[in-house]
Amino acid sequence: MSGTFVGMPAFPEAAREAVGDRTLRANLRHATHTIRAKRAAAVAEVSDWAQLREAGKRIKDHTLRRLDHYLVQLEEAVTAAGGTVHWAADADEANRIVAALVKETGESDLVKVKSMATQEIGLNEALEAEGIRAYETDLAELIVQLGRDRPSHILVPAIHRNRGEIRDIFAREMSAWGRPAPEGLTDTPAELAEAARLHLREKFLRAKVGISGANFMVAETGTLVVVESEGNGRMCLTLPETLISVVGIEKIVPTWRDLEVFLQTLPRSSTAERMNPYTSTWTGTTDGDGPRTFHLVLLDNGRTDTLADEVGRQALRCIRCSACLNVCPVYERAGGHAYGSVYPGPIGAILSPQLRGTGSEIDASLPYASSLCGACYEVCPVAIDIPEVLVHLRERVVQGGPVTREGNKVVVKPAKGHAAERAAMRAARWAFGRPGALRAGQRLASRTRGLHPRTLPGPGRAWSASRDLPAVPAEPFRDWWQRTNGGTADGTSGEGAAK
Amino acid sequence: MRVALFLTCVNDTLYPDTGRAVVKLLTRLGVEVDFPMAQTCCGQAHYNTGYRHEAEPLARHFSDVFAEYEAIVTPSGSCGAMVRELYPRMGERARAEGRGDTLAATLAPVVPKTYELTEFLVDVLRVTDVGAYYPHKVTYHPTCHGLRGLGLGDRPRRLLRAVAGLELVELPGADECCGFGGTFALKNSDVSAAMGADKVRNAESTGAEVLCAADNSCLMHIGGTMTRLESGMRPVHIAEILASTKEGPAS
Repeated sequence: MSGTFVGMPAFPEAAREAVGDRTLRANLRHATHTIRAKRAAAVAEVSDWAQLREAGKRIKDHTLRRLDHYLVQLEEAVTAAGGTVHWAADADEANRIVAALVKETGESDLVKVKSMATQEIGLNEALEAEGIRAYETDLAELIVQLGRDRPSHILVPAIHRNRGEIRDIFAREMSAWGRPAPEGLTDTPAELAEAARLHLREKFLRAKVGISGANFMVAETGTLVVVESEGNGRMCLTLPETLISVVGIEKIVPTWRDLEVFLQTLPRSSTAERMNPYTSTWTGTTDGDGPRTFHLVLLDNGRTDTLADEVGRQALRCIRCSACLNVCPVYERAGGHAYGSVYPGPIGAILSPQLRGTGSEIDASLPYASSLCGACYEVCPVAIDIPEVLVHLRERVVQGGPVTREGNKVVVKPAKGHAAERAAMRAARWAFGRPGALRAGQRLASRTRGLHPRTLPGPGRAWSASRDLPAVPAEPFRDWWQRTNGGTADGTSGEGAAK
Repeated sequence: MRVALFLTCVNDTLYPDTGRAVVKLLTRLGVEVDFPMAQTCCGQAHYNTGYRHEAEPLARHFSDVFAEYEAIVTPSGSCGAMVRELYPRMGERARAEGRGDTLAATLAPVVPKTYELTEFLVDVLRVTDVGAYYPHKVTYHPTCHGLRGLGLGDRPRRLLRAVAGLELVELPGADECCGFGGTFALKNSDVSAAMGADKVRNAESTGAEVLCAADNSCLMHIGGTMTRLESGMRPVHIAEILASTKEGPAS
């Protein structure tokens, strides 16, 4: 299992399997439609939602514009509070830093609270290679880990699993990782939660090292913030002697006051709650309370390159609420795994090809994994215009162009496999630039309409595999317009004249 | 009032009945309709597939053809959104690329005076009862670019409710995309087909005879799915319903 999902096939191929899997489709449909309706209700309760959304967008944009300033401020504040800051340019560097910090403690087991950044860099696999075992403690992450699976949702990584599947995973796998599942475990939510609680409690009480992510970092005081529903995160943050937090550099906000906006928009957008059950904050180390040692690993891994792109940089506003996944009709059918990344759904379709580049087959296909319906933009609490970025990235895929990679300006070539499409687009543009050519084409289609096949050859087969073609009319509109003098000659209607 | 009909290349080529319906409807409401023969395509398919540079000359051509008119009316939420929402953005991008304001200046005149048909009826002509007669049970699918791009809101439903004889039934999951999405239908055909099938099943659950929308591209996808699934429902463009009268019923 690789956290970065490298070597994935293109999205359409990866999605095909999910589309045909009835259980998966039913699980996803049930879960996304439930949370979708709840989110809409939770958002409708807030009279100033539009202003909160705008405020969140502006705070993030302001912070991103002055990211260098706020990161330095954060480093100073964390250091002053007794923590140590490490800077990681990419996944390898971050993994090396974390592995070295864990080895210093002499421990070979540790607990983790859900952190997308560590999933993004494949930290668990990197630690395993060093003989260190990381236990996931978020309930959904635990299910994914025990099932030797991959996360398929930002907020609910095991969204693709139903209760029966979870019961089977617990009964089968828990014993290999620690305390086994109770005998005769059923699939009632209370029993499943209790089994997880007992299994995890043992881990929390033994662990000397904890690894976390963070939803926010407050620059003015060097404080990190995690919001969660279960309280497992709070256990990870407070019980171990050493705490290592791995956080993407875009998670920073300037002040505590800025948090006020996101602590309203994040829970309502993600879990449809007015307030999340647990909000934990930690600042360096404190005598007699919490971890004795605190490390903050600041992760770039493509973020400053993304920041250099003036259209695409808005993806860095993302607060990982997952509202866009829950409304996306493509995500609902394709499932999270098809996106080949820890960031699935619409936000993943714009974030992954920016963080990783559009070089691989999967990353070149992700900008097309959308019908551009715009539902994702509508629900985004920080107003990321995801369709705009998708189209921008499609342009990069088919035309190539200047991008920033590892801080250097480079020109990328168009992705492979678009030559025929490019030629067709050019030909269409040529014809559309000449009304006469368009008209000749229309007439040809009309005159040969008796000969048109019901199924199409070549790329058109993708259409006719599941849909019938419309019949070509005997006469295109413009010929009718001219023949009838704008509809006046045959008496139907119209006073306009052909021009 | 004299308006230009921007029919769109898809309607012109494949759905001339929609164009005839728009002419009939607007003429009945006292509007003088012109169809500039030089019109071709707004460039949406190019733009949305990533060929912005190929879309630019088409946008310029559109502006050249339509700039002189008082209003431009189109029976397509998606082509309407292309002009209103994305032409300004094309101008901004050209400027950001150091190509000056020429493109923006060329496109600017057509942007505010381009209207989707139902928007033109309700906002400009200020009419919701267009005197139509259509004795059928109908469900309405608000297409994505009309719904979210142009913000058509309840305008189409208000027009449909005023049609004599028409029984309007709500479509479950109406706001969900039908799965067309232009080249998406080809590039991600499995997902697109699954979305289309769900849309058709939702439409069937209403017991309506007709699914209507304000975009023939989406209707082409939904209608093609309907016949393949042997659903028995028909896709009809809203213009054809609004143009239908007792004397001249829509087929």
